[in-house]
Amino acid sequence: MAQAGTKRSATSLFVRYTVLILIALVFVFPLVFMVMSSLKPDAQLLRDTASIRAFMPVGDISLDNYFAAFRRAPIMLFVFNSVLVTGLTVAGALLVGSLAAFAFTFMNWHGRDVIFTMILATLILPFETIAIPLLLQVNNLPWVTTEGLVTGWLNSYHVQVIPWIGDGLTIFLFVQYFKDLPKELIDAARIDGASWLQIYWRVIMPISGPVVATAAILKFLIMYSQQYLWPLLVTQSEEYRPVMVGLQYFFQLNVAWGEVMAYLSIITVPVLVFYLFLQRAFISSIASTGLKG
Amino acid sequence: MANPRLHQHHLAGWLMAAPAILLIVAFLVMPFFLGVGLSFTNQRLVSPNPPSYIGMKNFSDLLGMGILVLEPERNEQGEIERDDEGEPEYPRIRSFTRNNPDYPQYQGMREYLSFSWGENRVVILARDVVFLKAIVNTICFVAVVAPLQGGLALGLALLVNQRLPGINIFRAIYFMPVVLSIVVVALLWRFIYAGDNGLLNALLGFLSFGLFQPIDWLGRTDTALWAILVMSVWQGVGFHMVIWLSGLQTIPQSLYEAADLEGASSWQKFRYVTWPMLRNTAVLVLIVITMNGFALFAQIDVMTGGGPLDSTQSIVFQAVQHGYVRQDIGRGSAISVILFLLVFTISMTQRYLTRERN
Amino acid sequence: MKTAALLTGIILSATLTAGPALAATDLTLWYHGAGNQVEREILVGIIEDFNGSQEEWNVVLEEFPQAAYNDSVTAAALAGNLPDILDMDGPVMPNWAWSGYLQPLKLPEEKIANFLPGAVGKWQGELYSVGLWDAAVAIFARKSVLEENNIRIPTLDQPWTGDEFTEALKTLKATGKYEYPIDLGMSDKSEWYPYAFSPFLQSFGGDLIDRESYRTAEDALNGDEAIAFGEWWQSLFKEELAPGTSQSPSDHETGFLDGKYALQWMGNWVAVKALEKYGDDLLFLPAPDFGNGPKIGAGSWQFGISAKSQHPEGAAAFIEFAIQDKYLAQFSDAIGLVPATSTAAELTKNYKKGGPLAVFFDLSAKQGTLRPETPAYAFISPTFQKVLTDIADGADVADTLDAATDAINDNIEKNDGYGFEQN
Repeated sequence: MAQAGTKRSATSLFVRYTVLILIALVFVFPLVFMVMSSLKPDAQLLRDTASIRAFMPVGDISLDNYFAAFRRAPIMLFVFNSVLVTGLTVAGALLVGSLAAFAFTFMNWHGRDVIFTMILATLILPFETIAIPLLLQVNNLPWVTTEGLVTGWLNSYHVQVIPWIGDGLTIFLFVQYFKDLPKELIDAARIDGASWLQIYWRVIMPISGPVVATAAILKFLIMYSQQYLWPLLVTQSEEYRPVMVGLQYFFQLNVAWGEVMAYLSIITVPVLVFYLFLQRAFISSIASTGLKG
Repeated sequence: MANPRLHQHHLAGWLMAAPAILLIVAFLVMPFFLGVGLSFTNQRLVSPNPPSYIGMKNFSDLLGMGILVLEPERNEQGEIERDDEGEPEYPRIRSFTRNNPDYPQYQGMREYLSFSWGENRVVILARDVVFLKAIVNTICFVAVVAPLQGGLALGLALLVNQRLPGINIFRAIYFMPVVLSIVVVALLWRFIYAGDNGLLNALLGFLSFGLFQPIDWLGRTDTALWAILVMSVWQGVGFHMVIWLSGLQTIPQSLYEAADLEGASSWQKFRYVTWPMLRNTAVLVLIVITMNGFALFAQIDVMTGGGPLDSTQSIVFQAVQHGYVRQDIGRGSAISVILFLLVFTISMTQRYLTRERN
Repeated sequence: MKTAALLTGIILSATLTAGPALAATDLTLWYHGAGNQVEREILVGIIEDFNGSQEEWNVVLEEFPQAAYNDSVTAAALAGNLPDILDMDGPVMPNWAWSGYLQPLKLPEEKIANFLPGAVGKWQGELYSVGLWDAAVAIFARKSVLEENNIRIPTLDQPWTGDEFTEALKTLKATGKYEYPIDLGMSDKSEWYPYAFSPFLQSFGGDLIDRESYRTAEDALNGDEAIAFGEWWQSLFKEELAPGTSQSPSDHETGFLDGKYALQWMGNWVAVKALEKYGDDLLFLPAPDFGNGPKIGAGSWQFGISAKSQHPEGAAAFIEFAIQDKYLAQFSDAIGLVPATSTAAELTKNYKKGGPLAVFFDLSAKQGTLRPETPAYAFISPTFQKVLTDIADGADVADTLDAATDAINDNIEKNDGYGFEQN
């Protein structure tokens, strides 16, 4: 009996892992292609795309493309800009979004439902459709600098951060999560005389690990990887440019594909690091949250 | 006791939600309304001429349609003239839509589609054929991508929900495409889809032992949109897998144990335990995929530019084309308004259909 | 009285104690070449020379990637944030001048007297911009290939006729040795399309717009000649004489060099690479004549002054400094493009008499045709791009041309004629 059991589970284990690995190959191959290509000279890179060699570190392997890429564009500056802008926006969005979601979920106030619907409606708008009006608007807003009050936010960090802190998706994610939390926690805290802010900070947020991680990852991805049009419109000097605008440096008259691949490989690192770091926190939160069952 | 506490609720509630509301109103809602206002004008991106109010003209230029019934050409005896293939010949639509004083309402329209009705040919004309194609393409895209990406993501989530050693590595790998920028993904997949020396053709040729003929995936009107769809699903499925996963993991183990005691099969467990508990997650996934689907833009911008022959046009791409490339902000804003109304209607319908029936 | 004297005293002492460095006014300069190291070096050299040669002005450079440059300028213009000096692609200049981004450039006539027409930008009779080079296009071919297939080698005076050209392509295709007889660069979906292919349209006798009135494209873009062009264009792809719109960028970059394509219709900015590969076997053939004379594009990047600049004299001084022959020669040697004057050409290694690329200078001078000098060009360009793409993909020629004509005329009307009078 026991032998048959182990034999069955051994084959099923084999099958499971095979399936997982096959699927993993599907998801990982463009990344492998990108990294392998970044190690090859342009001519070979382009020829290899037609065969399995695209995924293999064969031929003339070197880090030349990386050195060349660093000479062509101030990559570390772009990465720094992107990480800074993204970090600030994510932190702001998490704070502002969770506060608002808390108010929407646990409290009753005039106009709550209407405002919530309006916020959800903003999810529909793709950015490209409000880009120009937003640009015109942002150009007329005042800002405090070391030289006093100036008009116009262009060419700065805050113009890349502030418009994105208020974000319907983050609020929506938090609301969905908060809805499933037991109301008894809130009631117990209210009876103890805690203020709403205290409940928010001491009771709800500590058990919101999973949603914080999810919202953070998503916001980070949107700001770091997807933003292109907005920084393009609002930054005029190199010192504020983020990585996606920097990508255009490599598409001059003769595209240096090897350098492009090297650049892409470099700028993917912060995102991967952020994701892997959060993923551990995410998984462990789920395991330790003995809320249900 | 009631009044002061209620009052406190309102103030506290508003205060906590205020930062988010202010920011959203200032940076999302107001530009949108500005855009709506612009859609009724002929505002250009930059121009020394001031804009003027033109009412609904942008909208009628985008959505205007007409129907024309063409009778076949007849020779002197009244017989129908036929061409080489035996098909009846019809007068060219050009003669009706260009400078024809008898049909001023058709001025400038082009054929959208046509079909035969008995001997005659019915032609549906449109003012902006490209825009109509964009709408159809976008809706088709969303209709396919939502179940496909959502379903695949659920399958993956179930797959990685097992307690196997190293399962976290697989979760990370399946999520990786999400981490890449869509521009990067589009660039990489351009190499994959290349008709002449592309990876996909090479792979399929290898697997089929040379039987497979290379296909120009992005160059054929019947494959281009689906090629982009597959790429989008590939990139986005990992994210929804994570969402499904977090939903799956909130299902109490005790329910499964109870089902096992009653002798339920895997399928029955899924249908009666898992699926009902995933309701909220399902709604979230559906809404997010739908909204992202309607925002289809970057992939097209990098890979096909709307072609071939407008088979990959999307609504947002058209908005950028008109508003930014052709510098007609009025028209671009009108497209945004139409998009908003379209998605709003669909979202409301979705919410109605998936509402909690208590 | 006392306060006035005090104030004057303070101001005077402030200006007196200010060092000479503070007296130089900053001029901002925007350039489209970010990511291109050779151009940067030369430009920085020019700027340093200029800053060092006088004490009134100090030019400061800000670079932008080319693909994003026009968008950045438009956004900056919307925000009122343009620099003093900026460079622009020639055909776009009328639109920027009309839109109010630019002010006229005051340069003495004799300085630009012997400049190639493609390097000078005028709008409504006024000079707005001047460039350090022009770009030219030719058919890249290999002598050995042509001789092998008994194809006549055309000269500047005796170019191929349209029929000869198409015949040559068919002959090359029949050999079976090449994937396609000619590479037109269809994978580069940018301003390349109108720049490289509208000359064919013009050689057929059509045009992008009626250049008498500049108020309509009727008959120019959808007349019989244009339709003839459209049908010839479509045949190139139907008969697989050239790779179409889904050509991969890698094939475009290396195809001719690898022998995949027998001929290539390309600009002189890649000529140096081709020369390195094929040396003496390489020929640069003039454009074919489809009936209205052989034509190639003209007009490349030029410098101008923004309308809001407070220091147009300084900006003009810089531009005048930058167009000296020695700098024209430096740029040409570095990036391979045609220097704007024949005197500068003599100083370069590629364009002096007998130099390997000298033929491009003559091509530019003889066959160069400017894209329509109208603000409408900003709209005509993407519209024509779509025409070329759709026809190449198999759309109906007459309908596509009609649609484009209508769109262009509509746009001109919407903009009140773009400053051209109705006659």
